[in-house]
Amino acid sequence: MDWTFNNDMPIYSQLVDKIKLSIVSGQLPPGEKLNTVRELAAEARVNPNTMQRAFQELEREGLVFSQRSSGRYVTEDMEVIMEAKEAMAQKYIRDFMDSMEKLGYTGEEIISLVRGGKEEDKK
Amino acid sequence: MTATFECKGLSKNFGSTQALEDVSFSIAPGRVVGLLGPNGSGKTTLIKLANGLLTPSEGELLICGGKPGEESKAAVSYLPDKTCMPLWMNPKQLMDFFQDFYQDFDRQRAEDMLRRLGLDEKQRLRQMSKGTREKVQLIMVMSRKAKLYLLDEPIGGVDPATRDYILDTIIRNYDPEASVVISTHLISDVEKILDEVLFINRGRIMLQASVDDIRQQYGKSVDEYFREVFKC
Repeated sequence: MDWTFNNDMPIYSQLVDKIKLSIVSGQLPPGEKLNTVRELAAEARVNPNTMQRAFQELEREGLVFSQRSSGRYVTEDMEVIMEAKEAMAQKYIRDFMDSMEKLGYTGEEIISLVRGGKEEDKK
Repeated sequence: MTATFECKGLSKNFGSTQALEDVSFSIAPGRVVGLLGPNGSGKTTLIKLANGLLTPSEGELLICGGKPGEESKAAVSYLPDKTCMPLWMNPKQLMDFFQDFYQDFDRQRAEDMLRRLGLDEKQRLRQMSKGTREKVQLIMVMSRKAKLYLLDEPIGGVDPATRDYILDTIIRNYDPEASVVISTHLISDVEKILDEVLFINRGRIMLQASVDDIRQQYGKSVDEYFREVFKC
C-alpha cells in the first residue's frame, strides 16, 4: 500500500480511504485477515491510535469486522463492498467534473472529450 | 486513569525572567505528544522541571500522580537536549551502566538497535561524531520500558534516514500504558506519529489539540498551522 499523506486532510481519514481502496479493488479480498493495528501503524509510520481510529471508522461502515479472539477481517458482504466502490466512484467523478468545469468545459463537452480519450486509448 | 504527566498552574522564574507562566495540561497514558514552540518558548524548562532538575516557582507538576523525585525518576526515561554520556565509555560499557542503574532497561532491545544502525559496541564515544553520539544516547533512552519518555529534541542532530528509523522505533516500541513527549521544531517529520500537540509560546500553553483535529479544522498540516501561528 502507498502510505504517503496529504497535508490538508486528517491522517485517519486518509488511512480510511487507502484501506477502503484496497478492499474495493480486491487487493484485500473479502474475508481476508488483516494485520494488527500495531503492524499496520508501523508499516504506515503513523501513530497506532490513529490507525485504530481508522479501523473503527471502517468497522462502522461495515467494511471490516473484528472477531474478539482472532483478529480483524475484511467483510464478506459483497453488497457493502460494491456500495463503497460506487460511493468512491461518485466522489472521483465529482472531483473530476469540478476540475473540468474550472477549465471552462460544460457537461456535453466533457463527455465527448472523455469518449475521444477512450477511443485514443483503444488505438 | 492517572495522567502520566500533569501540570497545574505551573510557573517558573529565573530571577526576573518568567520562563513558564500558569501552565496547566494533562497527558493520558498511551499518548504520543509533540511539545512544539519557537526557540526560547520554555520547552526545555518544562522538561527539566518534570525531571526534577529544576523546582517550580509556583504550581504543581505530577508524574504518574506523584511529585518528581526518586520514584518518578524510575518511571521517566529522559533524553536531554545535550548529550551527557561519559565520553571515555563505549556503548557496551554504557549498556552495563544503564543495566545497573535502571531495572527497566532492556539490553536485548539496545543491542538490536545498535546493530541495526551499524554502531560498534567497542568504539569509544569520544571517537564518535556528534550525530552518532546522539543515536547512541537515544537508543539507551528508548531501551527502557518507562512509563513516560521525555525526549528533548531527539531528532535534531541526525540525518533523515536515521530520523525515520528513530520514529519507527518509537512507534514499534509503543506501549499502551506509556506516554511519549517529544519536544522538537521538526514538526513535519514527527507529525504522523503524534496523537496530539501542545503549542507553547513565551512560557504559556497556547493550544492542546489532536493532530487530526487541527487538520480537520484548518485544512492544513500541523507544520503549516505552526508556521502560521508563529509567523515572524
